[in-house]
Amino acid sequence: MATSPFFTDLDQIFIILRDWLVGFLPASWRPAACVVLEVIIIICVFPGLFALTTVFERKGLGRMQNRLGPNRVGPYGLFQPIADGIKALIKEDIVPFSANAVVHFLAPLSLVVAVFMEFAVLPMGRNMVLVDLDAGLLFFFSMSVSTELSVFMAGWSSRNKYSLLGAMRAVAQMISYEVVLLLSSVSVVMIAGSLSLSTIVAAQSSYSGIFPHWYIFTPWGLAGFVMYAIAATAETNRSPFDLPEGESELVAGYHTEYSGFKFALFFLGEYLAMFSISGLGTTLFLGGWSAPLSFLTFIPSWIWFFSKVMLSIFVFIWMRGTLPRLRQDQLMNFAWKFCLPYTLLNLIVTAFWHFMGEGWMRWVVCTAILAAIYVFMGRVEMRSEHFGPRRYRYAE
Amino acid sequence: MNVVFYLLAAITLAGGLAAVLLKHLVHCALATTVAFAGLALLFLQLDAQFAGFAQILVYIGAVAILIVFTILLTRGSELPKGGVFSRTWFVGLVIAAGVFAVLAWAVLESVRGIPQQTAVPAVTVHDIGNALVGRYVLPLEIVGLLLTAATIGAVIVAMHEKERRQ
Amino acid sequence: MLGEGILKGMAETARNFFGSYVSKERLTTVEYPEERIPTVEAARVFPFLVYDGADWEAGLRCVACQICEKECPPKCIYIDKSKDKKPDYVGKQQFYPARFDIDISVCMSCQICVEVCPFEAIKMDTEYELATDDRFGGLLYDRKQLARSNEYYHSIHPTEASEVDARLGEEKAKVEAKARAAAEAAAAKAAAAVPPAPTIGGGS
Repeated sequence: MATSPFFTDLDQIFIILRDWLVGFLPASWRPAACVVLEVIIIICVFPGLFALTTVFERKGLGRMQNRLGPNRVGPYGLFQPIADGIKALIKEDIVPFSANAVVHFLAPLSLVVAVFMEFAVLPMGRNMVLVDLDAGLLFFFSMSVSTELSVFMAGWSSRNKYSLLGAMRAVAQMISYEVVLLLSSVSVVMIAGSLSLSTIVAAQSSYSGIFPHWYIFTPWGLAGFVMYAIAATAETNRSPFDLPEGESELVAGYHTEYSGFKFALFFLGEYLAMFSISGLGTTLFLGGWSAPLSFLTFIPSWIWFFSKVMLSIFVFIWMRGTLPRLRQDQLMNFAWKFCLPYTLLNLIVTAFWHFMGEGWMRWVVCTAILAAIYVFMGRVEMRSEHFGPRRYRYAE
Repeated sequence: MNVVFYLLAAITLAGGLAAVLLKHLVHCALATTVAFAGLALLFLQLDAQFAGFAQILVYIGAVAILIVFTILLTRGSELPKGGVFSRTWFVGLVIAAGVFAVLAWAVLESVRGIPQQTAVPAVTVHDIGNALVGRYVLPLEIVGLLLTAATIGAVIVAMHEKERRQ
Repeated sequence: MLGEGILKGMAETARNFFGSYVSKERLTTVEYPEERIPTVEAARVFPFLVYDGADWEAGLRCVACQICEKECPPKCIYIDKSKDKKPDYVGKQQFYPARFDIDISVCMSCQICVEVCPFEAIKMDTEYELATDDRFGGLLYDRKQLARSNEYYHSIHPTEASEVDARLGEEKAKVEAKARAAAEAAAAKAAAAVPPAPTIGGGS
């Protein structure tokens, strides 16, 4: 159904604005200026969203815990991030005496740089990708693993046993769940046939009747999305996987020795990682910038993308307010003994889905297999554990 | 041969040199990571997207972290007592120069074999995938076996011991 | 089934989240200082001196017996007895405190002074917003600052104040009854002690 030119223009408004602004420059400068402008916009928009998310998180968590969040600074407390930002900027920057100053300085920088790079491949609207890479998904995951190294650098350079312990736990957790994250995305790549994120979104933006072809509405997509969500929560060190920065266990884990603006950079990095991984989850499973019902396509695509990302953030906050923290061994057990086998089996079921062809039978078979495996493995996982002293055969 | 290539080569070489010349072992590990990143950027400069990103994903994301963990979990993080340079450094230098000569000769010979000024075929991820499960499926399966063996070994090393009651 | 507990927990927090906008029991925050939780009647913070009537000096119930000063565990009360006397609520002449200081930074709100006072003169106040920036002088309350009227006492501890008033009223009634009886007896005695009236034509 044809949408009116007003809505098409609204959909492409940022592209139109960009072209108009860049049109002032000579033709040879235009491509570079385009990219620079888009980079500037990303650097302004996402930290702004981060500021808004901090206050929404505090108020949301408060409401879930039967209390108000901050409500003194500005109307309904919405200027709280400004107060927090000023506080972070004027605090004294303390570097421990025996810490490794160079690595200590570089750790938050490399974290933030790697996380900002992740936004380069997310399609935030129709025609609104910064760089349309052929191997976009791979680029995203490459940047995601670079953050693990900076977490380690932060923990090690602080010369503090709690930081180091927190960093090692964080890295172990992130590596384990990275595997789950990658494998659950592979099933999407298998069906979409490309690593390029804009192709994956385009494959999901068709409709049968009024229902969209989002991958979450398929059995393997739902299972993959659940695994992806769990792995994404663990990757960004969010509750219930926030043992590395658990305040009651490890002071503040790997960012114990960071104060002032460097701590703010870690905080920024964590939240931006949350945004980008939600953005990727939206792109892979929730249809990216496409509308949920076919008659809603008049609403601009970037509104849909950001709404879905903010919905994911709300679910992150919801989980934080609900679940207790997982212990390190519980976390690792869960990753390697439940999530990884389930994700591998999900890959096989995705292959069945692809080769069975269209029809109702593939729905029934795939749903049955996935549900049965889930129930069976759930029972195995929920067996009670037996504790005792551990002996290590090769270490004695 | 343009400015970008020289810059990336300088970064890679600097990382490699720092990895052998620095005193503290964790600094060396981080310098190795810089060298890996330089390599990945060289791949990207040659328009091999998959190879470049896979290099970052595997080397920086897994191998560098493995190296760092190894340094931390053993006693490598302490400074060695007798200095970091070995006494037989001259022999080492000769051997390294010999290996470099062999590799350089091999690379230059292979370049001479390729006709100049042909268009570089655009290798997409699709082509790599097809090649992996088509022509190169045997190496793929062997690598899979190797990884399985490594995983089983890791599980055995970390396994719970069964308690023996007297 | 695995994950059931998580879903139940998330349903509970969702109920909390959405309920906090509609029902008061889901949002228990009291936004101080715009709102305050009302204090209960038996609340106690620091002592004050009760006075009857309108004039705080004349109606002050305290007779400077110094029992509270001696019984106070952290010794936060300082009393200077007066040299002269003034009438109390039944009219009897009593001493009064020329100086009655309580250091509220020392007072531990134990209420012992209230329990031992035989004259219902010192009671516990419920005012707690007493912060001041003068650490020493601002926390030392003198006689004038401590004096509060009986009406104020009624407003903060109504049942106690009514009981105290009833008891004091009884005392006063007893004393008045005794005084009236004494006055009648004196009048009777005075009438009996008057010499008999002279008779007409008696004594030649």
